Amino acid sequence: MNEPAVRIEHVTLRYGKTVALKDVTQDVPAGLMVGLIGPDGVGKSSLLALVAGSRAVQQGKVWALGGDMASKKHRDAVCPRIAYMPQGLGKNLYPTLSVEENLQFFGHLFGHDAAERRRRIDALTRATGLDPFLARPAGKLSGGMKQKLGLCCALIHDPDLLILDEPTTGVDPLACAQFWDLINGIRKERPAMSVIVATAYMDEAQRFDWLIAMDDGAILATGAPDELLERTHTASLEEAFIALLPEAKKRGHMPVEITPLHADENAEIAIEAKDLTMRFGDFIAVDHVSFRIQRGEIFGFLGSNGCGKSTTMKMLTGLLPASDGKAWLFGHEVDPHDLDTRRRVGYMSQAFSLYGELTVRQNLVLHARLFHVPEADIPSRVNEMVERFDLASVFDTLPEKLPLGVRQRLSLAVAMVHKPELLILDEPTSGVDPIARDNFWRLLIALAREDRVTIFISTHFMNEAQRCDRMSLMHAGRVLVSDTPDAITQGRGAATLEEAFIAYLVDAGAGTHESTTGELAALGEPAHAGTNANAHPAQNRGFSLQRAFSYMWRETLELRRDPVRATLALVGSLLLLFVMGFGISMDVEDLRFAVLDLDRTTLSQNYELNIGGSRYFIEQPPITDYAQMDRRMRSGEISLALEIPPGFARDVSRGAPVQIGAWIDGSMPQRAETVRGYVLGLHQGWLLEQAQKQFGAGAHAPVSVETRFRYNPDVRSLPAMVPAVIPMLLMMMPAMLTALAVVREKELGSIINLYVTPVTRLEFLLGKQAPYVLLALLNFLLMTLLAVTLFGVPLKGSFPALFGAAVLYCLCATAFGLFVSTFTKSQIAALFFTMIGTMIPTIQFAGMLTPVSSLEGAGRVIGQIYPASHMLTITRGVFNKGLNFSDLYASFWPLALAFPVVIGVTAMLLKKQET
Amino acid sequence: MGRHLANIYRLGVKELWSLARDPMLTIFIVFSFTAAIYSSATAVPETLHKAPIAVIDNDVSPLSQRIIDAFFPPHFLTPKHVTPAEADAGMDAGRYTFALNIPPSLQRDVLAGRAAEVQLNVDATRMAQAFTGSGYIQQMIGDEVSTFANRYRASVEPPVDLAVRMRFNPNLTQAWFGSLMEIINNVTMLSIILTGAALIREREHGTIEHLLVMPVTPTEIMLAKVWSMGLVVLVAAAFSLTFVVRGALHVPIDGSVPLFLAGAALHLFATTSMGIFMATLARSMPQFGMLLVLVMLPLQMLSGGNTPRESMPQFAQNIMLAAPTTHFVELSQAILYRGAGFAVVWQPFLWLAVIGSVLFALSLMRFRKALSQMA
Repeated sequence: MNEPAVRIEHVTLRYGKTVALKDVTQDVPAGLMVGLIGPDGVGKSSLLALVAGSRAVQQGKVWALGGDMASKKHRDAVCPRIAYMPQGLGKNLYPTLSVEENLQFFGHLFGHDAAERRRRIDALTRATGLDPFLARPAGKLSGGMKQKLGLCCALIHDPDLLILDEPTTGVDPLACAQFWDLINGIRKERPAMSVIVATAYMDEAQRFDWLIAMDDGAILATGAPDELLERTHTASLEEAFIALLPEAKKRGHMPVEITPLHADENAEIAIEAKDLTMRFGDFIAVDHVSFRIQRGEIFGFLGSNGCGKSTTMKMLTGLLPASDGKAWLFGHEVDPHDLDTRRRVGYMSQAFSLYGELTVRQNLVLHARLFHVPEADIPSRVNEMVERFDLASVFDTLPEKLPLGVRQRLSLAVAMVHKPELLILDEPTSGVDPIARDNFWRLLIALAREDRVTIFISTHFMNEAQRCDRMSLMHAGRVLVSDTPDAITQGRGAATLEEAFIAYLVDAGAGTHESTTGELAALGEPAHAGTNANAHPAQNRGFSLQRAFSYMWRETLELRRDPVRATLALVGSLLLLFVMGFGISMDVEDLRFAVLDLDRTTLSQNYELNIGGSRYFIEQPPITDYAQMDRRMRSGEISLALEIPPGFARDVSRGAPVQIGAWIDGSMPQRAETVRGYVLGLHQGWLLEQAQKQFGAGAHAPVSVETRFRYNPDVRSLPAMVPAVIPMLLMMMPAMLTALAVVREKELGSIINLYVTPVTRLEFLLGKQAPYVLLALLNFLLMTLLAVTLFGVPLKGSFPALFGAAVLYCLCATAFGLFVSTFTKSQIAALFFTMIGTMIPTIQFAGMLTPVSSLEGAGRVIGQIYPASHMLTITRGVFNKGLNFSDLYASFWPLALAFPVVIGVTAMLLKKQET
Repeated sequence: MGRHLANIYRLGVKELWSLARDPMLTIFIVFSFTAAIYSSATAVPETLHKAPIAVIDNDVSPLSQRIIDAFFPPHFLTPKHVTPAEADAGMDAGRYTFALNIPPSLQRDVLAGRAAEVQLNVDATRMAQAFTGSGYIQQMIGDEVSTFANRYRASVEPPVDLAVRMRFNPNLTQAWFGSLMEIINNVTMLSIILTGAALIREREHGTIEHLLVMPVTPTEIMLAKVWSMGLVVLVAAAFSLTFVVRGALHVPIDGSVPLFLAGAALHLFATTSMGIFMATLARSMPQFGMLLVLVMLPLQMLSGGNTPRESMPQFAQNIMLAAPTTHFVELSQAILYRGAGFAVVWQPFLWLAVIGSVLFALSLMRFRKALSQMA
């Protein structure tokens, strides 16, 4: 045998405390189709991610295509030769982009020129039958088509190693068959290519060349499928796998025995559906589905993801009102408001839906209570469930800490706690290992046969469907056939249920089952003809404009297709500008005050007029007594109360000392401070006026201070605040958008394209940043327009200088968002950190309210380097002070410097592998 | 009826368990009502703190020196002597908030009893400093010059004194204001976040579907969230008032805490309903986060807690009458700062009750509709 494609030596991988791979050592032969089999969560995906280079090696050595995958140099060199399709339907695709755009994007990343891209895209889409759907968004493709597109994207650069992680999970059998034909066709064209496939379907693994069986982070056995069967003396791979498991796991496992149902024509009908139809807009999810299920029957729904199984079940439970048609449970028409029928039904949904925060016991008790099991019966009922479903050992554990198989049993226990007569189970066993699945089925069969519970179950496992009394094949919202599994198989003259299903699918027009891979010959041609440079373009180690551009182009498309985000950012920032403009107001005007005038002379009235006549105060009806003064001040009706003592006029004219009392509402200290300033000023003015009346115009204070309020002569808040709020919003919104743009990719999984394609970190960052810089600039222009028009804040200085500063500043703000995205994993955390990281420094340290020079300590340092401080100087300079570039250039330097520094740090922190 | 109440109670207890097992949210609640209150009470500096000032001293006399010496930290930075050109450039660049121009013959004019004038340039784009500072400076110069001049001649003004007293907060301590406002703001913010997040989490985990196939009604589900999350916030607020505000910060609370809590309960009824409403609009946590920012900021900034309502434009005041925060801030300030009783604040109570009922009804309608789409 020639050199192995992949060599794994003593590899251990941990996620926190859980060990995903335990000291795995294995060679994977080249040029073969190698299957990695085992249930979910045994470490298959982790192993593949290590081989593909998308996850960093923690311990041990991983060699792929002749080099160490821990070395960055080797990864860079081989990534164009490896193609990786991660788990999950269309995980590395961009759902809002069309088929064509997705393919173009990947073509760009691998450096193909336009003609080459066209040729490859045409060849691949013709071969996969995707060519009629080039303009359809990837998110709107069916599961099988998504996987085909994923494969096209993976194959666009002629890889030598193709890694497929569960490519057929949740895809209908016809699409599966087409998918494997496609892979076989490609392997015929390129025999040197090695393929590694992970799968949870044992029957599918039968057709691979060589298998690796995994369980619990370790390898159980390897060999060709027939070898494994021979070694374990079993007939099917599923049985073989169970036989290979360690003794401890196998203990207590018995094969599932199906007790046949006694068909009874007069049996009570538990569920009946007639022409059930569900439309979502134009899309028909369920199309005239009819069936009758008798009591005690196990009835199965078999079909791919999105064929309408779950929707039908939801209509039966009353969760979704049917658009058309009717359904009856126990002879009553389904009515969402009929709470009594609900008590007779148990439902277990596809998504695991127990309260993860409640213990097993609490979950059971809560559900018993909500279903109104009499309080006295609850303990015995809970005990009964615990015994029956074998939950005693985990009674006080949180469900999140339990293995999936146990959780599934708990879910069933919860659905059964009120002893329903009907169980509706939506894909209850996906992701559960074969032994747990068999145990689960034994419980179901016992429920149906012994307790006469009717069970309505959906699945995409053929061997589970085989165990049902009767079943329906579903495709695209329609039931293709309903009968016993054997009758369906025989009816088509097929050997297996799967073949029968495929035959029905072909009849239903879901496609043809014939090889179309002849087209692929075209793909290989230029490579064979020696234009290798085209197939593996010379590696551009440096910065590639083309790759940066392709990320920019893709981001722009996504932004355009998701107008909510852009609109929210634009409208949101205008709304906030408006709110802050008025909200952070220091103007204190129209203050309400009232006077307790105990003198009632012309002089005391003159004093009152002096206060009330100013623009700051509005006089309220006079105060009559102290009690009233107290009440009115407490209610907040007046913020200033004046008391003029009896004999005020007399004393003034005599020159005797006299005191006026002023009570100020001190509950808002800032406002109180201002009120004090106003009152003292007005008082002084009145005194001077009196003195001048008495002594003639010559009387004056020893000195007068002539205050010139510069830049904002009326000392109004708006002209001062609006130019200050603009830098703040221009920091916050763009930073949030870019942070979300990257973290969203992390959450959705398409970040994997950064890990496994030749794109460099800087290309990725700058490409993603560019559209948001443009959006931020648009935002800036809108805010400036709003400031000048609605708020009436004149722009006195040079607009080009302001615009130039805005360009630099938007670069900084978007770079800051990217920076936040390097250390946040969820969108909500990114939002939170960006808020904290932009709002607090801009409001508190950038000089918005308190100038930087008045700050102390760390706040001052932050204020001096934070871009918003300099932008603030520029916006205020241009808006309020009428300055231009030559006056402000000192503030431009820090802005111009900040961008390369932030983006450089970000590029350093951004990981090119998952850790 | 009994069955409905039992369901509401049990579902609410379930919400409390969920919250108790969510360490992030629990820490967040504890932080908001302890450290956040403490820091916002103590971190807000007095308005005039280290204000940068420049002086153009053309007189260079004992009087001018006396004026200059009057400026010192912490209210002001030590004044910088500059030329007029430097003063202009410094103000343009934002280095000085104040530039004081003392004329050449100040001392001579004052002593001769001639009108003397000092020019004070203020950077009015820095509202807070500009405003309080200029009043301060005027008074300081007036005092300095008067004391200086009074050694030589008598005052001409009539001896009318204005005795200014601050009610409810005699020293205008910022901490009194800051700590209570932060509680008021956090009550609003947390109640919206908690209920909204509870609903979104439930939808993301698929448990809402699970609830809907059980014999419980949407009204019960919603009321359960309202009472449980409202209770958590109310208890946290009471705790914070007692131990953080009164205990650690030594802020005297004049009014009746039970009355305030009653008002807060009414307010919570409105805001928790709002949280549910927003959670039905948002399709995911991030969207909820964005929405929260857009809703919370106006609710807080225009409620009258930051800026007195009377200084907002009339239409903003009118719009904000429909916001529960406006009335909550009004009644909280009246009760907590000014010790008002129910007879004084019954109006905001009534407003809150009406707004709460309307919001609850709207949310319930929206919630029912959203549930049918969620499934």
